[in-house]
Amino acid sequence: MSAPTLTPGGRRREKIDELAARAGTLSAGTGGESLLRSAVRRLRRDPVAITGAVIVLVFLVVAVLAPWLAPRDPFAQTLLSEVRQGSIPGAREGFPLGVDQLGRDVLSRLVYGSRQSLVIGVVSTVLGAAVGMLLGILAGGLGGRVDTVVMRFVDILLSIPGLLMAISVSVLLGANQLSLMIAIAVTQVPVFARLLRGSMLVQRDSDYALAARALGVKRRTIVLGHVLPNSLSPVIVQATLSLATAIIEAAALSFLGLGDPDISRPEWGAMLASAQAVLSVRPELAVYPALCIIVVALGFTLLGESLREALDPKFRR
Amino acid sequence: MNPLTTPVLEVEDLRVRFQRRGEPATLAVDGVSFSVAPGETVGLVGESGCGKSVTSLATMGLLPSRGVQVDGSVRLDGRELLGAGDRTLRKLRGKDMAMVFQDPLSSLNPTVTVGLQVTEVLAQHRGLKGEAAKAEAVDLLDRVGIPDPRRRLGEYPHQLSGGMRQRALIAMALACSPRLLIADEPTTALDVTIQAQILELLRDLVQGSGTALVMITHDLGVVAGLCDRVHVMYAGRIIETAERRDLFARPRHPYTGGLLNSVPRLDSGRGTPLTPIRGSARDTIPWAQGCAFAPRCDSAEDDCLVEVSGSEVDLVTEPGGRELRCRHPLTPAVPTTSPLTPGATS
Repeated sequence: MSAPTLTPGGRRREKIDELAARAGTLSAGTGGESLLRSAVRRLRRDPVAITGAVIVLVFLVVAVLAPWLAPRDPFAQTLLSEVRQGSIPGAREGFPLGVDQLGRDVLSRLVYGSRQSLVIGVVSTVLGAAVGMLLGILAGGLGGRVDTVVMRFVDILLSIPGLLMAISVSVLLGANQLSLMIAIAVTQVPVFARLLRGSMLVQRDSDYALAARALGVKRRTIVLGHVLPNSLSPVIVQATLSLATAIIEAAALSFLGLGDPDISRPEWGAMLASAQAVLSVRPELAVYPALCIIVVALGFTLLGESLREALDPKFRR
Repeated sequence: MNPLTTPVLEVEDLRVRFQRRGEPATLAVDGVSFSVAPGETVGLVGESGCGKSVTSLATMGLLPSRGVQVDGSVRLDGRELLGAGDRTLRKLRGKDMAMVFQDPLSSLNPTVTVGLQVTEVLAQHRGLKGEAAKAEAVDLLDRVGIPDPRRRLGEYPHQLSGGMRQRALIAMALACSPRLLIADEPTTALDVTIQAQILELLRDLVQGSGTALVMITHDLGVVAGLCDRVHVMYAGRIIETAERRDLFARPRHPYTGGLLNSVPRLDSGRGTPLTPIRGSARDTIPWAQGCAFAPRCDSAEDDCLVEVSGSEVDLVTEPGGRELRCRHPLTPAVPTTSPLTPGATS
């Protein structure tokens, strides 16, 4: 009896509550919301961002918790006795993705391999971004001759294809994990330098920079305290996208045999390379690490792209 | 000389030339001279591109060094600013001379809280740090009429309203009680009610403090409400100077008259059509060839051209402090004892 009168009333209430809630978030938003917080708020409404974030999160958890998540010892050659010329045992109870030609559990090796990708990706991106940003600040902040010299140097770096550069550097430094990371970092430097310089040049001509100058604020304070923070959002986006590139490049270098020679650290690129030898017998062995690389790179790319939108003032409000 | 009447700012024969590679130089400011006494408010009026903003930037030493040539003399309390070193100028800016810009949102750094931006000035020029700087910032914001200043300090520029942003900028400009304040169209980006409030605030802050105020505007309403003396600029030169009431009551240059006729007045009847000035600011001739306004002027005659008269149209000082650069003014000069001329401003 009372149901039909309640329902529309209830619906109206819902609407009011919804409006009130929205007004609530708005007023909460005006009460001290930084750019970062409003970016996070927009990210949470974006399905692409959520997909990317979930992939990245899963990747992080797997990498950190690898020893507890891996079902087996990634080095134990448990099924070596069953490996023959032209025949590798497939998936079975206890080995959901099968074993490689040395009889080691593939799933466990993939889980451990994520650690390598994470470490190399993060360290090389941080290294590349730090050096690149330093060059960018020098060029964009000081301008003039410094700008010309730094940017010509960056142009030279940029004119060498990334992988070629990475190969040369890692050959030069010798094959070990650190030189691999430095090699990848070197290829990241010019991108960050250019990006930050361009963005700082725009901000240097802004009204607030002029206003700060009119108040007699020191140039160093203007560049580091006003221009730099406003120039950072493209760099943050680029760093996320660069993580994807770094992971791919790390895999590529290992695939080419320039990776970490330490076999106690399984690596996706190296797994891909060794799977090549048995491609006709067990093609899956190449597919699994390749898939891991693709999905993780995709995750970082999706997250980076939606971060770009969230931080872009044109999409704001 | 009486030290009280020593001008705070003296600009003499200021010339600003913009030189871009492969292009003829542009003379944006062409021999501008004016002075501002302590506590006086002087208006620089003119349409876009007449050189009023460039004049203010040149005064503050804020023009880029490349491709710009500044000549003449700019003196702050008798001290020459043109040619002064970067370090010297930086110490003067914000302390002895300050500036308020047109767009209050873009003049504030969006990524830094208002409090940090205000205290930055205090740290730079007055060496205030920490709690002392914060207390002073609260006091400053309070003085410019920002309610709940302590909370506002922690907020970002986009969280303030337009009027409040401009108030915050004025607070920053006045943080060190400068001798000279240049306001470059401070009310253009604000709506009318806020405009009135900001102008009133500027008047209150400047009066009594002895700060000289240069008001740059294209809005004659602003001039009417605030300025003691007005310089009208056209094509980089001053064409008419008068006391405020004198200018409004009896404009003598046809350009000034045209400006007054092209804005609505409260005392004109409803439906009275406005009379715009013919053409645009591009329809000008170089001053070296004659009066730059001649192509748009209804009173222009042949002797406005150098070709005919043999001499440039000069800025003539008349008794009573009026200056005029015109051969065919709208009204003849009158004796200074005219009831329309206000007494000297204190």
